[in-house]
Order: sequence, then structure tokens, then C-alpha cells
Amino acid sequence: MSDPGRDVDREAGLALLHMMLRIRRMEEKSAELYSAEKIRGFLHLYIGEEACAAGVMRELRPDDAVVATYREHGHALAKGMSMRAIMAEMFGKVTGCSRGRGGSMHLFDAATRFCGGNAIVGGHLPLAVGLGLADAMLRRPRVTVCFFGEGAVAEGEFHEAMNLAALWRLPVLFCCENNLYAMGTALARSESEVDLVRKAEAYRVPAAAVDGMDALAVGAAARRALEHVRAGEGPYFLELRTFRFRPHSMFDPELYRNRAEVDRWRERDPIALLEGRLRAAGHLTDEARARLERDVEAEVADAVAFAEASPLEPEGELDRFVHAEVRA
Amino acid sequence: MREVTYREAVREAMREAMRADERVLLLGEDVGRYGGAFGVSKGLLEEFGEERVRDTPLSESGFVGAGIGAALGGLRPIVEVMTVNFSLLALDQIVNTAALLRHMSGDQFGVPLVLRMTTGAGRQLAAQHSHSLEGWYAHVPGLRVLAPATIEDARGMLAPALADPDPVVLFEHAGLYNLKGPLPEAPAPVDIARAAVRRPGRDVTLVTYGGSLGKALEAAAALAELGVDAEVIDLRVLRPLDDATLLASVARTHRAVIVDEGWRTGSLAGEVAARLGEQAFYDLDAPIERVCSAEVPIPYARHLELAALPRVEGIVAAALRTLGR
Repeated sequence: MSDPGRDVDREAGLALLHMMLRIRRMEEKSAELYSAEKIRGFLHLYIGEEACAAGVMRELRPDDAVVATYREHGHALAKGMSMRAIMAEMFGKVTGCSRGRGGSMHLFDAATRFCGGNAIVGGHLPLAVGLGLADAMLRRPRVTVCFFGEGAVAEGEFHEAMNLAALWRLPVLFCCENNLYAMGTALARSESEVDLVRKAEAYRVPAAAVDGMDALAVGAAARRALEHVRAGEGPYFLELRTFRFRPHSMFDPELYRNRAEVDRWRERDPIALLEGRLRAAGHLTDEARARLERDVEAEVADAVAFAEASPLEPEGELDRFVHAEVRA
Repeated sequence: MREVTYREAVREAMREAMRADERVLLLGEDVGRYGGAFGVSKGLLEEFGEERVRDTPLSESGFVGAGIGAALGGLRPIVEVMTVNFSLLALDQIVNTAALLRHMSGDQFGVPLVLRMTTGAGRQLAAQHSHSLEGWYAHVPGLRVLAPATIEDARGMLAPALADPDPVVLFEHAGLYNLKGPLPEAPAPVDIARAAVRRPGRDVTLVTYGGSLGKALEAAAALAELGVDAEVIDLRVLRPLDDATLLASVARTHRAVIVDEGWRTGSLAGEVAARLGEQAFYDLDAPIERVCSAEVPIPYARHLELAALPRVEGIVAAALRTLGR
């Protein structure tokens, strides 16, 4: 048997581990703060799926755009947004990335080209197509990456977006995070064809499926996909096979799946998987691991303190920004 | 002055916008080779090419959403939706994305998109091609909703709509495309903020917009023969409503009739009536009248279609009622 750690690039592996830990710990803290009623509304945790966002985002350039779903804390962080701005947003504070108007589901950041935080399943796919169209027409060498769950492939907008992106050969990378459950409905109970790659191929969009629990494999697959897109060959569809360890939202009693299935997936925890490989390759010592944990813990504590101390947007500003205040 | 149709005026406005700004493109079903379902974009493909005059598949949600994304990405798209009925397939994109994005993102992302669509009945196209749902769009914060009712506005509203940093929905009543009228060689710019008094009068205010403006003016002419001097107000901008022009008129006439091709229940006419009730109660000398479409799906048969829509004689009768006649 070959050494599973042999091919692990030290720098990439450690960076991915750090990013996944940041996402995990930020979200664990968010769940705690939800129970403490500091965070309200819907809170959809990404725990278990961190390798997808971390793996893809590492392959992007700063001016590539990301359009994501309402389970997007991880994507926002991995795209480069500050944990402070994300946490403050969830607290509903004016220092939040969307001034507290969006909350957990609507993180936005123009500086990192993070276009939401979109909570209508499938609704943001055409948006990604349009961003790609603008780049193509303005001859800008950028890529738009659109994340969505497997539930979205049942929406008409998925099919319309696939067709348009392929027809117009637009620079869009579609990343389908297949976590097997659309809220509580299993893929096989909602789709006549469960092989998602075939759906993309029906639109002549090149597609691949990858183990979404393996951050390095996700990175490698994203690299190949992006090469295709950056070469002007049109869109690419990546299916990331993953699993959400937590309920759909904080309101979900999880009646639709059994403990054993969740436990089986937990054995393939993306953080533990990568950690094991890094250790086997000699890239991670106990001491380094502990230091990583301490750093992340400090960052989370700082983000929470920042959110706590931040002011609320004055009520008098409620109707600001329905329209632009500065007109062209 | 020269004589042009409403259709030609819209086309000329698009041509001018595309010549002036490379970022402007036209997206929609059959806007290119076909020349537009109503012939509005005829000739634009030849001048600007397939990239900028872009035929789309029949994917209203897809191409309206793509227009929104393209606007976010720095282009200035004009998206044509064939009819307001079809726009319901894209309502998610318009209401859940375009209208919300700026506020929801804390002023980080705006959508400078112009959405053109035809509306209205009168051509025996039956229930799925004839409705007037302008009032639905006028309900939504974040949208600016325009209804050009004249050649001048058909020509002039597009440029300020494209300059708007936020989404603008432009309703073209299908019955107006063949309307002919004079237009200066270099038309003056128009605003997209104010209502217009199309006929001044002292006795009663007829408030209307879009395809019903002609009927209101006809009614005013008929009323004049009966010795009633009616003022006709063209709302032009359905959101945000220009209350000031309305209130000033009613302060003069003390009577109001609202003519709206939409259904009465939950209509724009209802909104106008409510505002007059709230802000002009003591100016009014008679109950406000509304002349709207009958609350039925618009039927095919000519006589039934006409019976379902606001009619000149209905407007005249309503105006006379406000005068106790």
C-alpha cells in the first residue's frame, strides 16, 4: 500500500486545514450563540462540508466572483471575508458585511466579489450566468463560481442557467454540493436521475464528480475545471459529494435520516481526513496542531467580541439603500 | 418635427442608447433575427451584431436573471420580455433578486437593469396575453416602474432608465405600438419622476396611465361637449407615485376618476384612491370613482373583450356621477 500522505503538498495541506478549522469553529460558536439568542432567524450550518468551499476557493483569483447559497458562511470566509464582518452580520449589527440587513443567509462583500448569500434555491444560478456574460463581453479574464446544493437541480432555473451558460460558452464554474438531502428530501426521492453529472452533460457542459470530503481532491478537481473555464472553453460542472453533519437549520428535528448514516459520514470528517494525511506525511506535529487550534480560537473570540461590541444600524436608516443614494 | 410611431420611437431610443454606450445590450426572445415579437427591435441586430442584440431561449427566469447578473457585472442590459404575462415566469428574478439586492447587501450591489415588456389587452389575444399587471410591480420596493403613454415618453424614458443605478421596469401597452405622432428631430430629455397633466381642466380630474390615456382624453373631449371641463393626468411613473401632481390637481377640481386597465381589487387605482383619501379628503366634493377592468380573465371574443375593459362611455359616466349628473 502506498503512503496516503506521500503526495500531500505541505503548504496547501496546512492552508486548507487552517481554513476548514476556521469555518468549523466559527460555526460551532454560531450554533452556541444561536442557543444563547445572540443569533436569530435561520442558521444553516456547513459543518461536514468544509472541504468543498475551502478546496475550490484556494484555486480562485481575488477578482473571480462567487455566488453562493444560504449555507454560505464557509464560502464567505474562504473567499476572504473577515470573520468579524460575518459574525457581526449574524448578530444583526451595522458593522456586519451587509449592515445587518441580510443575516446568516445574505452575506455580501463587494471587495472580495462575494455576491451572496442567496436564499431562493436555484435563483442565483442565472445571476452567475449574467456575471459570466459581463466578463465575456467586457473581455475580462475572470471566472464566476456558483455554489448550490443538489436540491437546486430540480429547479427550472438550474436547467435554464446550464443551457444559457453552455450556449454562450460563458466562464462559469458550477459547483454542486451534493449533500444528499434537500432539506429533508433524499435525492432518490426527488430525482428520476440521481447521477448529476449526466444532467450537466445533457447541456454539453463538461462535468466531473469528486469526493467532497477530501479537500485536496476538491482542489485538484477545481484546478482542472478552472483551466477549462479560463481557457475560454465555456462552463464546467463539478459535483462535490459531501454530507452535512448537522440538521438543515436550527429548527430541523432530523426525522428523515438515521443516526447510523450520519455517523458513517462522520468517520469521513474532512478535517480529520486531511489532518491524518498531513500527520502521515510528517507535515503536522502535535504542537503545530495545537497552535492552529489556538489561533483559530482567538480569531473566533475576537470576531464574537467585535460583534458584541458593535452598534446596531439606527432605525432611522431603515429606508436607506432601497435605491442608490448617489445617482449616475 | 417628423411623424413616427410609438414602435419607432422605442427603437430609436434603443439605437441611440446602444450607439452611445458600448455596455448597453438587448436581451430577449426573438429580439434579433425576428426583429422583436412586436417588431420593436427590427434592424438593431444588423447594426449592433449578435453579441449585443442577443436572442435568448424561452427561459424567462434564465435570461432575466442573466440580465441582472450582467448588470451587476458592469453591463447596462435592456431585457425585453414579450408580455407581462410571460414575465411571471421571471418574477422570482425580478422580485427576489433585482429589487432586493441593494438593500439586502447593505448598498454593496445594485442592479442597473432596464426591463421592457408589453402589457394590456385590446387585440383579441385572450386571457394569457392580455393582462395588465403593472400594479403588481408597482407594489415592490426597489423597482422604478414606468408607463410611457406618448410618443415622446416612448422615445425619452429609456435613456434616464438606463442611467438609473437601480432596476427599472418599463411597460409598453401593446395597443400603442402603432400610435403615430410628431417627434422633434432631437427630442428633449424627459424625466422619470413626475406625472404629467395631459389636458388641463377645472371640473374633474381623470387619473390614468399607459394604454388608457387615449380613452381618458377621448372621455375628456366628450365631457367638454357636455359642458364639463376635465383635467387628464398621466401618471407616467407608477412607482414611486408622484403624489404632488395628483394632489395639486384634485385641489383644483375637487373630483377624481381613476382609469386603470388592471383589475379593480388590489389595483394601482386603489392605491391612488387611498392616497387621495388620505391626503386630499377635505378637497374632495364627491366620492372617488374608479373605472377598471372587469374582474374576469380577459376573453377572446371582441365584444366580450371590450366589455371587460375600461370604456370611454364608462369614464364619462363616472365623471358625471362625481358632478351629481
